[in-house]
Amino acid sequence: MLDAAARQTFPVTTTAILLLTLSVPLGLPGQPQLQLALALACVFFWSVFRPDSMPPAAAFLLGLLTDLLSLAPPGISVLVLLTVHGVAVRVRRLLSLQGFLVVWLAFVAVAAGAAAVEWALTSILTFRLLPAGPALLQFGVSAGFYPLLATLFTRAHRGLADPEKA
Amino acid sequence: MIRLSIPVRQALGKLTLPLLIAAAFAVMLLGKADQLLAERVRMALADTLAPLYSLTAEPLARMREVSDDLQNLWTLRSENRRLRDENDNLRRWHAVALALDAENTVLKANLHWIPDPAPSYATARVVADAGGVYARAVLLAVGPDNGITRGQVALDESGVVGRVTELGSRSARVLLITDLNSRIPVTLENSRARAIMVGTNGPRPRLMYWPEGVTPAEGERVVTSAEAGAFPAGLPVGTVRFSLSGVPEVEPAARLDRLEIVRLFNYGLRGIQPPETVRPDKPALVGRR
Repeated sequence: MLDAAARQTFPVTTTAILLLTLSVPLGLPGQPQLQLALALACVFFWSVFRPDSMPPAAAFLLGLLTDLLSLAPPGISVLVLLTVHGVAVRVRRLLSLQGFLVVWLAFVAVAAGAAAVEWALTSILTFRLLPAGPALLQFGVSAGFYPLLATLFTRAHRGLADPEKA
Repeated sequence: MIRLSIPVRQALGKLTLPLLIAAAFAVMLLGKADQLLAERVRMALADTLAPLYSLTAEPLARMREVSDDLQNLWTLRSENRRLRDENDNLRRWHAVALALDAENTVLKANLHWIPDPAPSYATARVVADAGGVYARAVLLAVGPDNGITRGQVALDESGVVGRVTELGSRSARVLLITDLNSRIPVTLENSRARAIMVGTNGPRPRLMYWPEGVTPAEGERVVTSAEAGAFPAGLPVGTVRFSLSGVPEVEPAARLDRLEIVRLFNYGLRGIQPPETVRPDKPALVGRR
């Protein structure tokens, strides 16, 4: 029972823990970008491959956590993550049958959209045109880190976090 | 728990996402309308997490030390030579400084100079990067009853880092001088011209509004100015560097990308408070010295 619950909540808990870890000053280059990229990749991966463990409410809370950990106007990451979740759930039947490369390409498209929305909304909410550099970097980091995260998550999905094995 | 029929449950499930998206917009509006609330929630979370962050700070510092040691071992010989040269150079400067200090004391005594009060300070560890993609700020772990107030100036060992903008019971947020919202009155040391240093979120803030007839010189030192009563005069900020497009920027003296420990100085200044702390309910704070 407890085991099953732990496996069920694995995606959300690991995402939250990773988000917190990445707010510690580790001195990594592009760390703030990495934090958002991680949230995006986690929500996207689990929404495609196991939406039961990544309900909309979880995406909402993870977005809120991301916003509160940074100085960004609250609500933006919430909206972005919810949209990513919505899109991922919509296309999951198509994607879950495809190979890794197609899923990655889909994620790259989603990440581009997310970076653009994030940049536009932050600009609107702070009343100034922000430089696009950080947004581009965030897109690059998201796209680049997805394969690594996806590999780890795929293993977890089939082993550590599989509720069937409880 | 209420038992619902399957179609009702499916309908509810379809409604959740649109409802939550509406809630996200509501959060956005609320955050914009009531920034104080957003600030309070953020600080409450930071206060809760501060002890956790502090726990990680110790092993992190140890790891950094080890990696620094390894690097130092590698460059030991060349570093040693460089340090010996630098030491000779510094010893000469030390003599100059002592002579100047003595001269300064004599001159001040002749002028009946009123000395600046020695500021009190508290030292705190940087435990989290609190900025994000579009902002530059750090979170400090501070104990309760530490005497830290908003607007205090944060310095690392070599220069100005920023100012305390938000204060919780166990944590404090420092807005860095590189943040987009940071505006700092500075003095160019050679020409004594005043200017404003404007953060851009990039590693080097820009210089703006210097007086006509003066141009910032490459390599010129930039120090804080006491104008507006937000900073004391003469704190080291950085050096002037021209960007590729010819815009004068300031290379911060503080190592803003690798902040570990900062000192928060209480200069007793009550000039302009940081942007986030301007509160309509406390107008008496502004302009009182």
